[in-house]
Amino acid sequence: MPSLRALLTGTRGRTAPDWTDWLTYGYLVLGLLLMFGPVVWMVMSSFKTPAALNEFPPQLLPYGQAEVNVPGYDRPLPLYRVKVADGATRTLAEVRRIGLTATMVDPAHPQDEIKVDAKDRERVRELKFAWGNYVEIFGKFAFGRYLWNSVFITVVATLITLIFNAMAAFALSKYRFTGHNVVFLMVLSTLMIPPTIILVPNFLVISQLGLLNSLWGVIWPAVATPTGVFLLRQYMLTIPDELIDAARMDNASEWRIFWRIILPLSAPALAVLAIFSVMWRWNDFLWPLIVLSRSENFTLQLALNAFQGELTTQWNYLLAMTVITLLPITAVFAFLQRYIATGIASAGVK
Amino acid sequence: MNARSLQPILALAAMAVAAGTLGAEIRVACYSDGNECAVTQDLAKRFEAQNPDVKVIIDTVPYKAIVEQLPVQLAAGEGPDIARVTDLGGLSKFYLDITPYVKDPKYWEANFGQTLKWLRPSPTDKGIYGMMTQLTVTGPFVNKTLFEQAKVPLPGPKATWDEWADATRKVAKATQTPYAMAFDRSGHRFAGAAISMGARIFDAKGNLVIDDGFRTMAKKFYDWNRDGTMPKEVWGGVGGNTYRDAFEEFANARIVLYLSGSWQISRMDKQIGRNFDWIAVPDPCGPAACTGIPGGAAFVALKRTKSPKEVGRFLDFLASEPVYAEYMARTENIPAHAGVARKGVDYKVSPAARAALDVFVADVPNLSPIAYAIQGYKYNRALFNPTAARLGQAIVGEISLDDALKRIASDIDEQVKAAQK
Amino acid sequence: MQAVLAPLRSVAGAAGRVALDLVDAPMRALQRVLGVPRIGWMFVGPNLVILGLFTFLPIVIDFYYALTAGVQLYPSQRPYAGLGNFATLFECRSYLDPSSCNKDLFWRAVYNTAEFALLQVGLMVLFALVTALVLNRRILGRGFWRGVFFYPVLLSPVVVALIWKWVLQRYGVLNAVLAAGGAPPVEWLTDSHWAFFWVVFVSIWAHMGFYTLILLAGLQAIPPDLYEAAEMDAASPWRRLTRITLPLLMPSLVVVLVLGLIRAVQVFDEVFVLTGGGPGSATTFIVQFIYMTGFAEAIRQYGLAAAASLVLAVSLLLLTLVQLRISRRSVAGPAGRDHA
Repeated sequence: MPSLRALLTGTRGRTAPDWTDWLTYGYLVLGLLLMFGPVVWMVMSSFKTPAALNEFPPQLLPYGQAEVNVPGYDRPLPLYRVKVADGATRTLAEVRRIGLTATMVDPAHPQDEIKVDAKDRERVRELKFAWGNYVEIFGKFAFGRYLWNSVFITVVATLITLIFNAMAAFALSKYRFTGHNVVFLMVLSTLMIPPTIILVPNFLVISQLGLLNSLWGVIWPAVATPTGVFLLRQYMLTIPDELIDAARMDNASEWRIFWRIILPLSAPALAVLAIFSVMWRWNDFLWPLIVLSRSENFTLQLALNAFQGELTTQWNYLLAMTVITLLPITAVFAFLQRYIATGIASAGVK
Repeated sequence: MNARSLQPILALAAMAVAAGTLGAEIRVACYSDGNECAVTQDLAKRFEAQNPDVKVIIDTVPYKAIVEQLPVQLAAGEGPDIARVTDLGGLSKFYLDITPYVKDPKYWEANFGQTLKWLRPSPTDKGIYGMMTQLTVTGPFVNKTLFEQAKVPLPGPKATWDEWADATRKVAKATQTPYAMAFDRSGHRFAGAAISMGARIFDAKGNLVIDDGFRTMAKKFYDWNRDGTMPKEVWGGVGGNTYRDAFEEFANARIVLYLSGSWQISRMDKQIGRNFDWIAVPDPCGPAACTGIPGGAAFVALKRTKSPKEVGRFLDFLASEPVYAEYMARTENIPAHAGVARKGVDYKVSPAARAALDVFVADVPNLSPIAYAIQGYKYNRALFNPTAARLGQAIVGEISLDDALKRIASDIDEQVKAAQK
Repeated sequence: MQAVLAPLRSVAGAAGRVALDLVDAPMRALQRVLGVPRIGWMFVGPNLVILGLFTFLPIVIDFYYALTAGVQLYPSQRPYAGLGNFATLFECRSYLDPSSCNKDLFWRAVYNTAEFALLQVGLMVLFALVTALVLNRRILGRGFWRGVFFYPVLLSPVVVALIWKWVLQRYGVLNAVLAAGGAPPVEWLTDSHWAFFWVVFVSIWAHMGFYTLILLAGLQAIPPDLYEAAEMDAASPWRRLTRITLPLLMPSLVVVLVLGLIRAVQVFDEVFVLTGGGPGSATTFIVQFIYMTGFAEAIRQYGLAAAASLVLAVSLLLLTLVQLRISRRSVAGPAGRDHA
């Protein structure tokens, strides 16, 4: 169908772009700025020193105060541009500041000390990437441990989620047992229960089961996702029943049918659910916060979220930590982004 | 493969792993104001070297976890063996009396007498439930450099809140600083100023009450926030009883006076350093007193521990004079230990921090007995939390000040009643 | 890619065969006992057990909490209070004025949530629709542009809130842009009206991509012959939109509206980190009220929190049912006719 391609598109003109195309691209570029802009800004800000972060208006690139090594002093001294008595401007290094007076030296002649009013000096800046923000964070908390916990929870929970949800979706799409409607409704209804409201009773249940402080205490409650069941069921409804009946006539057990026919055919929907599950488990914070109280079991999100209360005034560390936390999910995204979209397309439409 | 069949197996496995460690293990949940947990970690290693049969694990957690998670865990019978807490009275039902496990209870009485009362579940109790890791006092920090730039003299030691408000307003105007003063968003900070203004906090029966003194301070505070003396966003910017400090505003020289407390000294040293001259000043006065509120965090022994003897030994170690003195020196805190306080602490700190510590230590004799009483009161959160929440609402204009005060009173009633059930 | 996947695939294949055989035997036996239709229970079983233990059981416990008073955690230690908690929640002189209520914060939260849900869902679906329509056109690098809008969905609520908090603070980049234009800085997050606006904005920013993809999938499923026929009839683009696209997109729109509304009513994480419910209680929503009452206070009133939770759950249920009823009527109409 030669006209199909032309019709799937929406452009009015066949060759030259017209105003609707300009509008389209304009909208897309605006979207790009709005969606990525704040993230990029945050990443750039994470390389700034605390002093640079406190400046207003903020500079685009990270600048820090230039420092110079002056013979006779053991630490590098900050550089300032100073207006001296005769009106000229000199670049001097500051030795100390007491009250409103700063004592400066010329780096070329470190023996002469010059007293300057603190108001008359201006910082000399240079491009400085504050890698220290990132390095010190690794020193501040056990990043490797938290990463492992997050990865473990995410991978194991995703595997279990895929199996349990696929089984449930299979049951709800291909079987007509008494009460299957009720079960479906029950599963769906749990969507409407915000996790916060069952936090305390859930905590009781988990502690009675002895799963407190264990990574499994985070995994088990999270694997029966109603969205997953819904998604997979919608997809499995499109699998023709004839395939299943044929297999039954060949004396295959239901379990075999599930494993050998249904699962492979549901691969696109399973891929979508896998990606969602990875995203959900990676970003979980409230529930792990309740269950895990031993620091060696903390997840990455937990560490970030929990320490953000401590560091609200230390934006340099907070920004660096935030960037670190969003790197893995960004990588997954870049890698799998095309699957996400096609998966939702095939599973969510019906 | 059924989920139910896996769970007991997993639970058993988890328990086996946990029990695998030899000897006794005690877990300490610790939060740091500055470097308390790091220092504790260091001291714990020394304790382990002297006591090879005990393993001490320090879990450094954020303050939020102590406030929100720990009480729920303790209520469920879970949690650590020792915890560093600030809600001393509120959690007292979970504490363990370590009198039988310490070497010399009289030593504890002699050196921690006053503050041991804060940890006891009832006034007639005589047990030892933990050790104060610091004595904190609330009080203002001031940006001296701004005063110098504005050429305004610093108010003297007996200056009133109004005098400070006037002086800082002048300084702010002259130096183009956005705001004159700020309080941490905490009913605990506010209470000190209220008591100075004449609030009695407790009525004749010993229940919390909102009286004229409290109302006077509330009105002053409200006016300061509305007329631009104080930044609205500190108290009004967040909701509920969320804690928010105004440290960033002070560190960035956007306010002249900052009411906080002595636990901020090491943080000031690290973050502000020499950017400007910061000093502590004595608590401003009101008609009734020139007081702040004492307080501090304590390491408390918890009932659920399976190693009470080892808990006693570790706390004994921390409470011994040389160790406690070292602890104070390294964390730049005011000692709650009478012996250490008498001898004086050899703080290895910057001159600015030293001077600030001296000011706070000098504040201690001026503390009003009401301040001690509210700190030791079991349900003091019932006063502090609604104060922050409701005054915050009034400041942003959501409710009137009168309504806010009425609501504070009714919130206190509701919470105290609920807590007593 | 292939090089990485191939060994993974063989490992997965081997694991799969092992799992298959392990489970097959007992499942066959069960199948003989239960018969084919009822084996469905076995498949849905594990999911139901998890849901039962970790969702339904807690709800039952929640009921018990709601009917008791006090601050004890263990249900057995709590004194019975009957409907007292509900009575406290609903004690109001006038339901339209939160400040006349006993639990004024609860009612403020209710009104805030209602306003938020309507605004956020309405605007977000609108933007998602527009974006989906734009993405459906012939554009270069559609995959890339799709990814652009979807990216924020992957970020955790804390990260989302911190990103925007950094932009919106008094000395942040937005105020810098204003200052460059000569305007005074605005306290975005501590002004009651702006705080609400930004909460809605950030929520839309963070979730729009997900719904855009659903709508895009719906758009791409519309058979192109219909458009062809419309072109031959010289129908205007507006007519094409309203007569073909929108009606055929109805099922997807319903999904988006229902899911969006359910999520909007439960908003908490990103708002809590962004504004903490402030200023005052301008951005305090129901879930935050529940969290504050049951967790964040030193004196936790589990009973009150549980009662509020149940009220929330029931409201959500009613809302969803109403939505589904309305949408069933609209879906059956035009789509039914055209899909003959």
